[in-house]
Amino acid sequence: MNIELGHFALVLAFALAVVQTCVPIIGGRMRSELLMRVGEPAAITGFALIALSFATLVLAYVQSDFSVLNVWENSHAAKPLLFKITGTWGNHEGSMLLWVLILSFFGALVAVFGRNLPLSLRANVLGVQGAIGCAFLLFILVTSNPFTRLSPAPMQGKDLNPILQDIGLAVHPPLLYLGYVGFSIAFSFAIAALIEGRIDAAWARWVRPWTLAAWMFLTGGIAMGSYWAYYELGWGGFWFWDPVENASLLPWLGGTALLHSALVMEKRSALKIWTVLLAILTFSLSLLGTFLVRSGVLTSVHAFATDPARGVFILAILVLFIGGSLALFAWRAASLSAGGLFQPISREGALVLNNLLLTTATATVLIGTLYPLLIEAVIGDKISVGPPFFNLTFGPLMLPLLVIVPFGPLLAWKRADLWAAAQRLFAAFGAALLVALLSYALVDQASVLAALGIGLGVWLVLGALTDLVFKSGLGKVPAAVAWRRLAGLPRSVFGTALAHSGLGLTMIGIVSVTALQAERIVAMQPGDTVEIRGHVLRFDSLRPFTGPNYTEDQALFVLTRTTGAERGTIVSSKRLYPARQMPTTEAGIKTLGLSQLYVSLGDKTPSGSLVVRIWWKPLVTLIWLGALVMMAGGAVSLLDRRLRVGAPMPRKAMAAAARGGNA
Amino acid sequence: MTRKQKRLAIIGGAVGFLAVATGLTLYALRQQTSYFYMPGDLEERPVAAGQRIRLGGLVEKGSILRGDDTHVRFAVTDGATSVMVTYSGILPDLFREEQGVVTEGSFNADHVFVADSVLAKHDENYMPKEVANSLKEKGVWQEN
Repeated sequence: MNIELGHFALVLAFALAVVQTCVPIIGGRMRSELLMRVGEPAAITGFALIALSFATLVLAYVQSDFSVLNVWENSHAAKPLLFKITGTWGNHEGSMLLWVLILSFFGALVAVFGRNLPLSLRANVLGVQGAIGCAFLLFILVTSNPFTRLSPAPMQGKDLNPILQDIGLAVHPPLLYLGYVGFSIAFSFAIAALIEGRIDAAWARWVRPWTLAAWMFLTGGIAMGSYWAYYELGWGGFWFWDPVENASLLPWLGGTALLHSALVMEKRSALKIWTVLLAILTFSLSLLGTFLVRSGVLTSVHAFATDPARGVFILAILVLFIGGSLALFAWRAASLSAGGLFQPISREGALVLNNLLLTTATATVLIGTLYPLLIEAVIGDKISVGPPFFNLTFGPLMLPLLVIVPFGPLLAWKRADLWAAAQRLFAAFGAALLVALLSYALVDQASVLAALGIGLGVWLVLGALTDLVFKSGLGKVPAAVAWRRLAGLPRSVFGTALAHSGLGLTMIGIVSVTALQAERIVAMQPGDTVEIRGHVLRFDSLRPFTGPNYTEDQALFVLTRTTGAERGTIVSSKRLYPARQMPTTEAGIKTLGLSQLYVSLGDKTPSGSLVVRIWWKPLVTLIWLGALVMMAGGAVSLLDRRLRVGAPMPRKAMAAAARGGNA
Repeated sequence: MTRKQKRLAIIGGAVGFLAVATGLTLYALRQQTSYFYMPGDLEERPVAAGQRIRLGGLVEKGSILRGDDTHVRFAVTDGATSVMVTYSGILPDLFREEQGVVTEGSFNADHVFVADSVLAKHDENYMPKEVANSLKEKGVWQEN
């Protein structure tokens, strides 16, 4: 019964989304306040209905109701409760439902917190949100219904793919979707601006917090996905340039560019048309990502099931929204007033350069991701574009960007003195150079390139801190005054410094692991030892273990330093999930400071020894810690007073908006 | 600089930059893509030793030979032709006889394929797509 309730609620939500699309936008054209106000209750009720629908599905999973096809295919009564719940979105249908749930959640947030928006803008934004909701609700109802019944109901489910039975599934998809779908708000604002033919600095001020929040979640989602793949797949890699990973990186790059261009628009009323275009492109990349992952054109862990009808449907949504919005842009962009002027050497100039580099890098990733699909569709050849391609294109394009990042915040708006900024960065540059030299001299394996890469990371971190030092006058004025100034700085300044230094930390981690990691593959018998980077790993014993829904062979390793000091034990195992007869490798990971020792088990050799693969991953945790620092930067920036207290508008614009709304 | 000159400078810079990016992309696409082959394709389109390709097919029954160290030999087959592959390292969890597999690497002088990565399927429903499609074309695919 419950499941039918959920299905019914979803159908209602679809009908409501149609209303939410048509009525407020038509109301905006007719200047009818009554019709425009329909958007808010529709958005809030729509969210409630989808939440109800989602809750019934979660309940079916918790109760292991195998009369529901989706539950039978992806769950098992013996599965721990957490994985029963997270399994709800560990499959195609459920994850699409989570997608629209989050979409409607953002729509409801706009309805609740957007009370200070001009009425017509709010109506149009909610209308566009409703349209996206319509398309995806229809997609779920027609091609991916999670509420299909199965009769007669089987006694036991087919279980969830063991790779997905992990805490990662509880965190990664929701965070990723909060990011992907969060960009829909910027998109809806852009479309609303194009419909109205009016855009101003206040628009950027409304869009920025939404974009910032989405960007923050996406950063977290990507980082979590990367760490999950790192520890779960047992290959010890953190990024594979897999098309599905690229699908999440693309909107992140676009969103990063959008954040920076919206800044220029908000502060200086420049780059208006470009910002609108970026908002459209960023969400288009999110949609493209959804298409790539959900349509089954790619093969990966994420391609749960492949059904051609779904691919065609999502492709149609993609064409409709991307094509439609770009057509609208082409038609209306000219009506938006052009922005202000600035010198090439200025904060604006630096942000333009940032945008240029980021969008070009995005384009290369996009090409590398779509090229194999294109070639297969057109010529029929099957090719793959792997890491070497991206290292050769994305790398050289990102490098200059990373070099100039510290300059940006030190440059003044309108017209800046590059030499003055460079002088301020001398200390950071010197320190970075010193670190590079030291790492080249002291670390055996370090190449010139690796040393420079680490120096670049240090440059980013110290460069970001330099901005804080000079803005507070630290060292020039008494400490108490500097402290007071520091406390009085806008939170967004701290946000910027945190985000940029987080980028530096991630950079250090990536370079360090890529260039300096050590790897051993050895066949071991109990009692054997292997030495790796100043550590000795002794294979102690192999013992069986039974978990709630799996059995495993646990290999126990004892880790000591070469000097003899104990560093603890590591357990690495081979698991078997009997429900699917599927083995998995559970890597044993020991975190030592910022570095990790990673032990992964292979097969037994004919003579009974065990193949063991051991990595020393220096500073690897910085990759994800850096992402956390970036997220923290986003959060601090989001708390900025400027964004929190509604968006103050110039009086004239306010009056105009009020007139527009009431006429 | 006048407004016009400034704009020209920015556009010129952007175009120059895009040209560099395009050049890099085209160069990388020529150098860094690897083609997918089934064992049978190798007779029609021979591959020079040392050229990186991806080789896919089924792991031939009874062909897996584990050395006492980390070396493994196995044959990849498409039902008609098979190719000997060597690999040193840990095989994926779902690497089994008569299962789909995609290996990446190149041929050595003795016509043995030296793989540096081996991918198998992620769960029992999933087969690398290129392999599944090619097997279907050759008619040896069985729906279960």
